[in-house]
Amino acid sequence: MTDTVKIAVWGLIALLMAIAANWGHEPIYQAHALFLMAVAAFMAYRTIRQVGAPRPVPETGYMDGVIRAGVIATAFWGVVGFAAGTFIALQLAFPDLNLDLPWTSFGRLRPLHTSAVIFAFGGNALIATSFYVVQRTCATRLWGGDTAWFVFWGYNIFIVLAATGYLFGATQSKEYAEPEWYADLLLTVVWVAYLAVFLGTIVKRREPHIYVANWFFLAFIITIAMLHIVNNLTVPVSLFSATSVPLFPGVQGAMVQWWYGHNAVGFFLTAGFLGMMYYFIPKQAERPVYSYKLSIIHFWALIFLYIWAGPHHLHYTALPDWAQYLGMTFSIMLWMPSWGGMINGLMTIQGAWDKLRTDPVLRILVISVAFYGMATFEGPMMSIRAVNSLSHYTDWTIGHVHSGALGWNGMITFGALYFLVPRLWKREGLYSLALVNWHFWLATIGIVLYAASMWVTGIMEGLMWREVDDQGFLVNSFADTVAAKFPMYVVRSLGGVLYLSGAVLMVYNLWMTVRAPQSRPAPASPIAAE
Amino acid sequence: MSILDKHGRIERNAFLLFIFSLIVVSIGGIVQIVPLFYLDNTIEEVEGMRPYSPLELAGRQIYVREGCYTCHSQMIRPMRDEHERYGHYSLAAESMYDHPFQWGSKRTGPDLARVGGRYSDDWHIQHFRNPRDLVPESIMPAYPWLETTRLDETMIENLLIAQRRAGVPYTDEMIANARADLRAQWDPDTHDTSGLMDRYPKAQARNFTGSAAPTELDAMLAYLQMLGTLVDFSTYEPDPTR
Repeated sequence: MTDTVKIAVWGLIALLMAIAANWGHEPIYQAHALFLMAVAAFMAYRTIRQVGAPRPVPETGYMDGVIRAGVIATAFWGVVGFAAGTFIALQLAFPDLNLDLPWTSFGRLRPLHTSAVIFAFGGNALIATSFYVVQRTCATRLWGGDTAWFVFWGYNIFIVLAATGYLFGATQSKEYAEPEWYADLLLTVVWVAYLAVFLGTIVKRREPHIYVANWFFLAFIITIAMLHIVNNLTVPVSLFSATSVPLFPGVQGAMVQWWYGHNAVGFFLTAGFLGMMYYFIPKQAERPVYSYKLSIIHFWALIFLYIWAGPHHLHYTALPDWAQYLGMTFSIMLWMPSWGGMINGLMTIQGAWDKLRTDPVLRILVISVAFYGMATFEGPMMSIRAVNSLSHYTDWTIGHVHSGALGWNGMITFGALYFLVPRLWKREGLYSLALVNWHFWLATIGIVLYAASMWVTGIMEGLMWREVDDQGFLVNSFADTVAAKFPMYVVRSLGGVLYLSGAVLMVYNLWMTVRAPQSRPAPASPIAAE
Repeated sequence: MSILDKHGRIERNAFLLFIFSLIVVSIGGIVQIVPLFYLDNTIEEVEGMRPYSPLELAGRQIYVREGCYTCHSQMIRPMRDEHERYGHYSLAAESMYDHPFQWGSKRTGPDLARVGGRYSDDWHIQHFRNPRDLVPESIMPAYPWLETTRLDETMIENLLIAQRRAGVPYTDEMIANARADLRAQWDPDTHDTSGLMDRYPKAQARNFTGSAAPTELDAMLAYLQMLGTLVDFSTYEPDPTR
């Protein structure tokens, strides 16, 4: 019976997509419809093949297959996203690299880079680690059976729609929310399924308490759902077109966008990744979390304060001043709960600091928290209006974002991957700790080059723009400031190359780890709280 | 019993954790966003603002498609140097018909909020072909395909209808004449432009690139050359309540 329904649903989707491909207005819309039609047809075919076949006995252990897939996707998209970032950094130094082609020009590749690193790399890391952590800390298998696989594939299909859309001109131009309306609809369905799997697993847990990492994961999933739906409200030009008209205009549109944009940072890149921190650092250090009370206080303070911080992206704009001052005030307050998280993470190492000398994986996890602390001090400082009047619109913002993204999100994800791969593939340990050490240094030096060069160019261009002579005339033309930044743009690209090489080393190391013979004994009990 | 001990209840109940989290993360957004829709002084009243003409709107779609916002802001801040370099600070009213807004967040290139009329059409045509021919220091990509790609006019009515659904005051007359207005603005020599000018005052009607049929570059120039030209700042008085 359920098979019949499944076949009917997949068949209907395939038919609708065929109609959409036929009537589609833009080539990219038609290509996307054909792609989705193929996926739905394949699913219908797969379901038909299985009709009447004996059902495999439902497994009872942890559901790790989907996490293995998530780990592979994370590593893959990471390299793609870093490579795209390095390429567009080089374009800014050497504009001939735009190649005079629409799909290789900076304006289309930049959203590809940001979406690839935030949503493809970061998103897959969050989904995979949250599935791993919630099972281990709840001592139960994921709720919902194959729904977790739907989340994985649905999410990655969304990524493909988004990325190819940018290259061929399907964009809403809302930063970090560029995908067009139909991709947004798909993501909404996937996200609701993700929430159901995660919450369902918590509900059926066999531990009395919900572990702190799961608070952060849950808050991240809820908030992203809210932000995604409100910020992407839009009026499609036609059901058969990849163009739409966002609902909110000008000043309201800007406020909603940066409420979304800053909390993509606050919840996607912070709350979710804090969930990772609260599991992987205690496990790798083999120490309990430093302070339970601190985790309660900083959790509620963080999720309450973050959501107010958006207007600091709009200082001195046409947004009313009351909203700007609210945004600034809450951004400064946000420093405290952010550092609460940093302190709780770092102090967890208490009593195990000596491991930093011998365990490069722990070192990667610790430096990620250090970068988190640095970025969450720099952020509140830049949200002060006087500082922002200099830093806004400059490369300083880009540097700030990257010390958070490369340092905090990237490094903690690398640490989590190094932790997960031997366990998920049941291997004795990593192929090479020396390569992990190389990765650590390549990435760290890469980040330092990146952040330092962007401080120099950002502050320099901010000062050059505002410089006036004693007659009151501007000293520098805009082109002068562009020319002055060239050397630092080369340094920044070099930083990107180092960071990318580190990630490639990691992929090689993980690959060799998986290729090693299986040696880790299966646990005695199929389900053990870890 | 301290308040932190009571937290144990939330930690043992997934439903409570869900509800409390949802409430806590909703408050900030509600306080900051909702008043912008009803406070009268959010958007000042100024003379001259009007919806984009069809050709300008088509150009704006290309501006969005090419990701120009990744490097160019359209939001001048009230500082001395920005006033000197770009002109009067931007008003909220100047983007009241912008779906989506294009304020931007980064100036890898200069602000474009008032670029209209600053450079000639010929300058722009050359600049889009290769920016470094005119500005040797420039790192902007070249956009040679804009002048060779025919503008897609078939969706323009749908676009205006969708804009109206989102709240832009396009009239039935504007929608009915969308295609004709687009053509008239591009080719005023053989079309009657009086309707266009009534509906879209200050619209600049000319064949921007000398093309045989409207190209994407024509639409882009119609958009760029009108940016910041609608409000007359010689008569503008700031609203003291803002």
